[in-house]
Amino acid sequence: MLAFSGKPAWSVLWLSLPTVVPLLVVLGSWFNPQPEVWAHLNEFVLPAVIKNSLLMALGVALMVGVLGVGLAWLTAVCEFPGRRWFAWALVLPLALPGYVLASVMVGLFDFSGPVQTALRAWLGPVTLPPIRSMTGAVIVFGLVLYPYVYLLARQAFITQGKRSLEAAQTLGMPRWLAFFRVALPMSRPWWAAGITLALMEMLADFGTVAIFNVDTFTTAIYKAWLALFNLPVASQLASLLAFAVLLLVWLEQRAIAQRRYAASTIDARMERLQLTGYSAWGASAVCAVVLLLAFLIPLFQLTVWSLAVIRHDWDARYWGFIGHSLMLSSLSALVVVAMGLWLSYSQRQHPGPITRWCVRISTLGYALPGMLLSVGLFIPIAWLDRQLYPLWQGWGIDPAPVLKGTLLVMLLALAARFLAVGFEPMQAAMQRITTNQQQAAQSLGLGRWQVLQKLYLPLLRSGWLGASLLVFVEVMKEMPITLMTRPFGWDTLAVRVYEMSAEGMWDRAALPSLCIVLVGLLPVLLLIRKTER
Amino acid sequence: MSHIRYLLSLTLITLASFTTFANADTVTVYSARNEQLLKPILDRYSKETGTEIKLLTANEGALLARLNAEGASTPADLLITVDAGNLWLAAQQGQLRALNSSVLQKNTPAHLRDPDNQWFGLSVRARTIVYSKSAVRPAELSTYEDLAQPKWKGKLCLRTSKKVYNQSLIAMMITELGEAKTEEIVRGWVANLVTTPFPDDTSLLRAIAAGQCQVGIVNTYYLGRILVKEPDFPAGLFWANQNGSGTHVNVSGAGITKHAKNPAGAQKLIEYLSMETAQSFYVDEDLEFPANPKVKPNSIIKDWGSFKPNLLNVAKAGELQATATKLMDRAGYK
Repeated sequence: MLAFSGKPAWSVLWLSLPTVVPLLVVLGSWFNPQPEVWAHLNEFVLPAVIKNSLLMALGVALMVGVLGVGLAWLTAVCEFPGRRWFAWALVLPLALPGYVLASVMVGLFDFSGPVQTALRAWLGPVTLPPIRSMTGAVIVFGLVLYPYVYLLARQAFITQGKRSLEAAQTLGMPRWLAFFRVALPMSRPWWAAGITLALMEMLADFGTVAIFNVDTFTTAIYKAWLALFNLPVASQLASLLAFAVLLLVWLEQRAIAQRRYAASTIDARMERLQLTGYSAWGASAVCAVVLLLAFLIPLFQLTVWSLAVIRHDWDARYWGFIGHSLMLSSLSALVVVAMGLWLSYSQRQHPGPITRWCVRISTLGYALPGMLLSVGLFIPIAWLDRQLYPLWQGWGIDPAPVLKGTLLVMLLALAARFLAVGFEPMQAAMQRITTNQQQAAQSLGLGRWQVLQKLYLPLLRSGWLGASLLVFVEVMKEMPITLMTRPFGWDTLAVRVYEMSAEGMWDRAALPSLCIVLVGLLPVLLLIRKTER
Repeated sequence: MSHIRYLLSLTLITLASFTTFANADTVTVYSARNEQLLKPILDRYSKETGTEIKLLTANEGALLARLNAEGASTPADLLITVDAGNLWLAAQQGQLRALNSSVLQKNTPAHLRDPDNQWFGLSVRARTIVYSKSAVRPAELSTYEDLAQPKWKGKLCLRTSKKVYNQSLIAMMITELGEAKTEEIVRGWVANLVTTPFPDDTSLLRAIAAGQCQVGIVNTYYLGRILVKEPDFPAGLFWANQNGSGTHVNVSGAGITKHAKNPAGAQKLIEYLSMETAQSFYVDEDLEFPANPKVKPNSIIKDWGSFKPNLLNVAKAGELQATATKLMDRAGYK
């Protein structure tokens, strides 16, 4: 029988190439030892940044976990005023880039911002705790990244089925205890995937932490490269980061692998738990506060800033930026989701260790700083171009670069970076398909393609819809890879934000940022219409 | 197999349509200088000469990495970037070529260009002391070094050491004072800080206006930009080290790439940018100082009075950038 054989899926090897190649380039740096720079980093830089990164990871994991799972539980299982509305509105912060929320928050809450200025005018010389600090950074990451956990955990709770919760209740467990004892452990693959994604994004981030002046491991990578002029050391550091993330992913998967998470019956709808009195209004208030901080206030601030510059800055070119952003995001979403689907399907069909490790490694791109990943991909492609160079000349074609400087390179780099985002939601949704269903389909004589088409695609709908949304929005917000690998004339909204913000002109960067948010909202709204029941 | 051949040819056609074909009247520019500061003057050049300019902007690190990877097949003719450190590095990595141009020799003072003529400064950026007009009298100020004195404890604000402008400033101080003395000064600065260093000069200036800090170090054009909109902005500008070697200056500049396909066109463009007609256009958009000494700066800038710039060659900033970064790490300057 084809399915569930231990043979590795060779197609997975091909799909992992866009990640494996840059990883190999990065690993190749170890052939070029740099003891002198390492001695400096070991003594003066690494202790602090490792401590910072670990603390931030802990804080962000806690914050996105509590916010994401908590809000998902409230909107999926409980009933309270405004629930239907909050259920989709709480996804909206996804459209806001981390560096934008950071700049808005710092603009509002720093010493010279309007909040503290008003407080001083009112109460005399008071100061709030500094926003440009690790706490500030953790809060902003939490607000920007919780939707990952929220989206995935909500899927879990909706599809969990009521039987298990009913079983817990017949055993005399109160509902809140059933949440901790039954719902939470049973939805673990979902929220764990969300937290993993949030942590990978946070660890690879450079722009957001720079606004808070918090030095993380990725800050050190950029320092080695751009200030110490040492790309080998930067690559060596990045490979260590990738290794740490690989370990994290492996530990998490090992813990999950020992259990099965298939729902007993998928369509057993739960009756919502009706919240009353204070708890009902409390639930509404919590949702409202999160939405206000993570989305409405920043949106308002961006609008105010944009209105001040729109007459001067808006021109017809913006339609081009918007078009490029849309096209790039849609293309990437298509490519990445197809790759993610194939990876998770192959892993299902060939559950051997080779396939599993290929999949793990191919999703590591999300933890590599974008600029380094694109360099890692650019170097071999430029090399290939140089090899083709005489060939083109021989054919009488103008020897302009053929591969690099095309969309292809940019798409490959974006795919390598965001494969994890396309894969994790799919993998979580995959848990809901039982081996019985697969065997039943096969006993009916369906082939591998047909099983994929007739069984998996429909059942994985929530998975690939969520994955395409996440990838679309991520690419829309992505900056370093787009900057480095884009062909001439392919300026996007994110490139515009870079141009404006590079010199600290955050008010002028507000206009393209606002466009990113508004354009990024389109698929969010689309997805909600598709999944909301 | 016909559909495979079909797919292959389709792919080739698609790829080819994205390929850039250079022609004699095209100059391809890689720029780390902001697009909105550069594009107006490039558009003007295109209009006047009929030369098409292809512009690709990105940050310095990405552009240099791209140039290095592309090697001989790069489409870039001209590299424009801010900070002499980046220009120095491009030359160091063999990405630029020497250029013998009497026009550039005449228009660019010696300390603002590469001793080997591989790059030329086009605009000058002065990094100096700013102070709160309500809390500090200009007479209390003198030098960068002085800001390390205990009298400024709890009053000084700085931008992050990760910004190349500060790395260049420290590199110049190392050249003049030596490493040990400079490190001592930087330690003094760190001890005097009010708050964690700022991500950009603008927020530092806002903090001075709000009364959080009393003195700081910024590039002058950031103050200029605010003054255009808010003439009463309560921060003053002080020219540092006027009794010594002068205020620290840096450049934005350009060099022709080693593998340029149209070096003659690139040379014409860079010469044009150095001339009097283009200079005011090139610097006014950003309120920088012109590199060409014959050009007068913008009126907002004139109010700050003339100053003595440090005449050390700005290439030093690049040479000592790594040393400066390590020094700041040791001194705990974040």
